[in-house]
Parts: sequence; structure tokens; C-alpha cells
Amino acid sequence: MSRKHHITLQVNGDEHEFLCEPQQTLLDVIRDELMLTGTKEGCATGDCGACSVMLDGRLVCSCLVLAVEAEGTSVETIEGMASGDRLHPLQRNFLELNGLQCGICTPGILIAARALLEKNPNPTETEARYWLAGNLCRCTGYDKVIRSVLAAAAEMRGA
Amino acid sequence: MLLQAAREKGNLAKIRRATVGGDTGQGGSMTGLRYESPPTLDAAVALLNNAKGLARVLAGGTDVIVQMETDLIEPELLVDIKKIPGLRTIVAENGGFRIGATVSGMEMVEHAALCATWPGVIDGVKLIGSIQVKGRATIAGNLCNGSPAADSVPPLAAAGAVARVIGPQGTREIAVAKIPAGPGKTHLGKGEIVESIFLPARAKHSGDAYERFTPRTEMDIAVVGVAVNLTLDTSGVVISARVVLGAVAPTILEPADCAKAIVGTRLEEAALEQLAAAASAACRPIDDKRGTREFRVTVAGVLARRVAQKAYDRARHIA
Repeated sequence: MSRKHHITLQVNGDEHEFLCEPQQTLLDVIRDELMLTGTKEGCATGDCGACSVMLDGRLVCSCLVLAVEAEGTSVETIEGMASGDRLHPLQRNFLELNGLQCGICTPGILIAARALLEKNPNPTETEARYWLAGNLCRCTGYDKVIRSVLAAAAEMRGA
Repeated sequence: MLLQAAREKGNLAKIRRATVGGDTGQGGSMTGLRYESPPTLDAAVALLNNAKGLARVLAGGTDVIVQMETDLIEPELLVDIKKIPGLRTIVAENGGFRIGATVSGMEMVEHAALCATWPGVIDGVKLIGSIQVKGRATIAGNLCNGSPAADSVPPLAAAGAVARVIGPQGTREIAVAKIPAGPGKTHLGKGEIVESIFLPARAKHSGDAYERFTPRTEMDIAVVGVAVNLTLDTSGVVISARVVLGAVAPTILEPADCAKAIVGTRLEEAALEQLAAAASAACRPIDDKRGTREFRVTVAGVLARRVAQKAYDRARHIA
């Protein structure tokens, strides 16, 4: 058997520790050990973006990060996006503008879209589409996704 | 990042994992995997050199983890080099830049001076996967993965980039262009690690560019890729050029006739035609569902002239 590794990290500001095998991904641990199931597994090969999280402030696919690599890091998942009952403007605009259908891709898209708006509060439609190219939606709801992102961006700019 | 066969295999691997190994990925062959994150390069080299089974360097992980997930490789040892100090920096050196082995693609894309000096290299980096993948992926990894379609390798080769390699016999400097050996293979020896990649200083009036053809605009694998790096004199005549083709042979190609076609010209129509013909003539591509042989040969010529023009236009604007 592989040696188990003792890992300590922050998730949404809270300290967590767990034991993991070297081949377990950060996604496996987020979902199965920390029971934060908002982060989804789509492809497990970095192609679909459903498992997008922020790792030390950087947008990544959590299926392409081993849990052992996350020692000492700070992770942000979809569970940390709303403030209590108050939804993030992106979340609210996705609801109001029907930016989701089945919802599997939605947590990853929200995390990726927030990362975009933190860098670029006023993206063009093209910029938003390119930024979100790594987030696949098999319900083909891209147009409403983009409209929701741009509406949230406008709201957050106070436009 | 993967061939369809690997994807199909990946699905099987997932099914196997779910049915045999429970939900923690313990099933099947990867139970013996060892993970090490040594504090120094020497320790990393020793670990790799002493490994009995398959050992892999883990930097960004965007190829290695996918290959493990899809059962393409079953390493006994992963050596994570991200805890080694000094590898995650882009440092100005002799007018150029030294890019550490664990610097991510996004860190390169966000480095204004690097982007201004080597825009063609950045063209290639920007095409590596999604924002998420670039948040982890490294150019050293893109090189060492050995894919003939790696997007950063043709512009790095055209730029004259040099890899600093640390191994059991010490340190050596080797041109990036000399590292690829074929699909999935490199000329690195056992225990050798790319520590950094050096992009040299540029002469005045120089420009580089990289483009690829893919069926989709994003998130795809190059069917053909072309990088051009050139320098002009003050009157706009090309005085030196490097033209590197990707995805049209088992390794990148640098056909001498391509550079010859444009040196001494201002990229007049005749020169561009000769460049296109030379690029097409050099191709030795495979024939697969992403592009037939004939298509790749034609597109290599089309892209070569387009990319040369882009590099030329940049050279006229970069002082």
C-alpha cells in the first residue's frame, strides 16, 4: 500500500486536515473527505472545468491537482461563494437569467467567471467566451451563461 | 490534451475504479505509487536516478496526472519539484529571461516584459489548454511531455531557447530544439530534470509569432503549428530567420529551406510563396481524423506565410 500523507490546508477560510493516498486528486478529497460536493467531477482529465476551484488565488481544475500537492495551500470552492444567505451577484444573475439547465457545470463556471471578473471587471463578450472556453456545458447553455456573466459584471461595476 | 483512445480508456479506468477500488482511487495498479517532494534539485535527481520502476517529474501535472488517470502510465514514483526553492521565478538574465521549471503558463502570460519581448512564445503558451490548465501547466512540462503537437515548443525552438538540465552527471545546457525525440520521448537521460528554460536577449527589429490550425478555436490539439522568429535590418530586410513546424512529423522540424526563402527579402509575394512551398515540402505528417496528410501539408504552407508576416509586422514595431 502507498504511504498515507497527512495534509493540512484551508478551504474557504477554514482549516482542514486529512490523510490521503498519493494518487488521490484534490477533487477526490474535496468531495469525498471534506464532503463539499458542490465541486463536480465531469471528465477527470482537465477538459471540462466542472471541478474548477481557486488554489492559492489561481483558477485550476481540481482533478489535475493531487491532494498531496495541496499541502499548505488555500482552496476556494463554490461553497464559499455566497455570504450566508446573500448570493454572489454572479449566482443571482445565473438564476435570474436562466444561466443554467442541469447545473452540473454551474459551480465550475461560477468559480471561473468570478476569477475573470476579479482580473477584468468589464470583459467583452469575446473575452468572457475565451476565458470560459475551459468550462463545458453539455446542455449547450452557453449563450445564457455569457449573458449572466456580463450582467453580473455590469451590476458589480455599478453600471 | 489527449487522444480519443486515451479518453475512452479513461472512461474505462473510471468505471474500473468505481467498481473495483471504491471511491478513493485505490483500485488497480496505482496502489504502489510513491510521492516525494524533495527540498533540493540534487535530492530530486537522486530520487529519479535511484527509482526502480517508472518515475516521473511532477511540475504542473496537467499531462502526468491525466496519463495516470487514463492508465497510459503507471508510475512507481512521482517527484514533485514545486517545493524546490528558486524554480518558480521568471528572472531577467543577460537581456533575456530565465523561466523556472515550475512557472505556470498563466504566470508567463501575466509577465508584461516577457510578453513584450517574446510575443510568439506567449502565442504558444496561450494556446496550451484552458485558463485552468494554464494555471498549472509549465513550458518545461510541455517540452518534456514529448508531444509533437506541443504548442510552446515550436516558438521556444524558433527563439533559440536553451534548457538548463540537471542530472546525475551535473548540469548541462541544451537547446530546446534538441530535446524532443519522438512522440512521448525526449533526449533527456535517466534522472535528468529541466531546471529552467532561457530565452535569449533579442536584437533590435526582431519579432516572433506562432499559430496553429485546430478544428475548434480553443481547447484543441494542433493539427499543424508554425513558429517564426526573425530579425530585420533598418530597411526592413530579413537578416536572420528561424522557422519551426509542429505536429507534422514525430518531432518539431526546422527546415533550412524555410529560413532561406525569406532571408534577404522583405517578405514579398515570391518569398512567401517559396516559404510556403518549403514548409509543405518538409512535412512528414501522420494521416488521422484530425487532419489528413494532404491537408496538413497544405496548411503548413498557408500557416508558414501567415505566421512569417505576423512576425515581420511585430519586428517592425518592436524597437
